Amino acid sequence: MTTDTTHDTDSAHGTDHAVEHGMSTRGYINIALILAAITALEVSTYYVDFGPLFLPALLIMMVVKFFMVVSYFMHLKFDNKLFSWLFYAGLFLAVGVYVAALATFHFFLR
Amino acid sequence: MADTATHEAHVTSTGLSNVKLGMWLFLGSECLLFGGLISTYMLYRGRVSNGPTPEQIYDIPFTSVSSFVLLMSSLTMVLAVAAAHKKDDRGTNLWLTVTALLGATFVGGQVYEFTAFYNEGLGFTTSLFGSSFYTLTGFHGVHVTVGIIMLMALVAINKRSRVPGSKSETVEMIGLYWHFVDIVWIIIFTLVYLIPV
Repeated sequence: MTTDTTHDTDSAHGTDHAVEHGMSTRGYINIALILAAITALEVSTYYVDFGPLFLPALLIMMVVKFFMVVSYFMHLKFDNKLFSWLFYAGLFLAVGVYVAALATFHFFLR
Repeated sequence: MADTATHEAHVTSTGLSNVKLGMWLFLGSECLLFGGLISTYMLYRGRVSNGPTPEQIYDIPFTSVSSFVLLMSSLTMVLAVAAAHKKDDRGTNLWLTVTALLGATFVGGQVYEFTAFYNEGLGFTTSLFGSSFYTLTGFHGVHVTVGIIMLMALVAINKRSRVPGSKSETVEMIGLYWHFVDIVWIIIFTLVYLIPV
């Protein structure tokens, strides 16, 4: 959903470029259904023994859900790349800093 | 004159909305805030002292329903944004209100959960696990509550047709905040509730 700032007010301009670049209502519902299905799968890991696949499967499902919401509901996939840079810079900085901090406390060796 | 000033105020060197740039920058910085809280919880989740352990008190079916409710509020939020872009005020207000109600349901569930945990012996100072758990989920709950207030305030302002500037952009900014709160919960639900100590 690209933001064109020269189109300042809704009343002043009849068309909004965002509509052209977003998804349809059906598309949003489909994404929500996929997210709900993944959540159900996540919850099933609490009841069903997935063995050694338990942890990787949960983490992968978490990451998939995260990026689906960010990409489609937050429109980062369709928006200007600068917005992606701003957000992912913070995200990857956080992941890097805190993985390093946890490693310092030998968290991953437990 | 005033119209010209308003119009020029939105012309930026990047060609992008400064409001939106600021919001994404804010959300990037929020990753650092929640990253700190989540890693603190991960470090201390096994430090239960004499209090209850996570396995003893977590109610996974209940939290799963709460998570589902918050996830679906992201759908209603994106429908509100879509309605705002179509200049459908009625639809915008409807979906914003539904989003706020789903958010309130989630917060209500969190209050119930905190009360149940407290009654089972997990106070804020019972153990490092308790402190880090309440701090993390409490911060998230406050974020959801702030989101609900913003949603309801926007509905009230929109009904009076007094939304300043671009209405669709205002709805979109609150939507970004709301979705962020949702993605934080996606991480918390997995790392805090589903992965055992």
